[in-house]
Amino acid sequence: MKKLIMLLLFAGLGTAFAGVEVHQFEQAEQEQQYNRLIAELRCLVCQNQNLADSNAELAQDLRQEVYEMIQAGASDQEIINFMVVRYGDFVLYRPPFKATTVFLWIGPFIILIAGFVILLVFIRKRRQLGAVELDETEHARARELLNQNNETDSQ
Amino acid sequence: MWRYLAPLGLFIVLVVFLSIGLKLDPREVPSPLINKPAPAFKLPELHQPQQMVSPADFKGKVWLLNVWASWCVSCRAEHPVLNQMARTSQVPILGLNYKDGRDVAQQWLRQRGDPYTVSAFDEDGRAGIDWGVYGVPETFVIDKRGAIRYKHTGPIDQKAVNDKIMPLVRELEKEPA
Repeated sequence: MKKLIMLLLFAGLGTAFAGVEVHQFEQAEQEQQYNRLIAELRCLVCQNQNLADSNAELAQDLRQEVYEMIQAGASDQEIINFMVVRYGDFVLYRPPFKATTVFLWIGPFIILIAGFVILLVFIRKRRQLGAVELDETEHARARELLNQNNETDSQ
Repeated sequence: MWRYLAPLGLFIVLVVFLSIGLKLDPREVPSPLINKPAPAFKLPELHQPQQMVSPADFKGKVWLLNVWASWCVSCRAEHPVLNQMARTSQVPILGLNYKDGRDVAQQWLRQRGDPYTVSAFDEDGRAGIDWGVYGVPETFVIDKRGAIRYKHTGPIDQKAVNDKIMPLVRELEKEPA
């Protein structure tokens, strides 16, 4: 029974993959370029998937577009420019570094540095407080408390 | 005092940012085509295949381009708004029938009314890609010089027409060609 279920599950897998079109490349570099680009470009319809993962109709069309451009000998940059002109920087999973994306890129480092500064200030303040001096009665009380603890420990 | 006010201040800043974030629509992708020349295409007319449609036909006019398809569910909600606009205003609307079938598209317009001055038939969606279409329906406003001035992604409603599209069209009509 278990085997039958497994078999059915795998049969389903096969048809799911059959939905993704097959592209023929003459050169291995072209295939690598294709796979690299569709992994880097975002699908506009299902926005948290790249073109490679998405089965949306637009993603299929854009894969076809990438394929045809590669066949025509386009470079990575040409294909990326083609997409950015139409859909904006949003299609790129790696956004370019420019005025509108400055905080995106350096924001985390600013927060990290701020965290370190706060930590340093905190540690310094602690250090300035110094060790607390106890007078004779306080020492006696401390000793008493420690002895009490030792007694309960030994029991 | 300070040790209570600081976290409170931080909390308020956080709440403000989060509430702004709640109102933003992550699906709204700013179009890089705004203020750029409208991408050219030459497509067969939906009703008369031997006739060709091109954005250049509208040069010197302020016009709208509406991307639609018979398979697009929210286009149905939008359609009465377009019909109303076609009746009450003089703005030409180019209908870009996106990745559709000729027969079903024609039937769809027969049943629901045809607000389009002219309809282009973009069967393989190439013109759609050039216009950066990713969520049908989409509506563009193009000025007299043929530059895209505004894009609305998703179905337009009467409010969008009254508050944004028509005022912009009136504004653009005052510009020299």
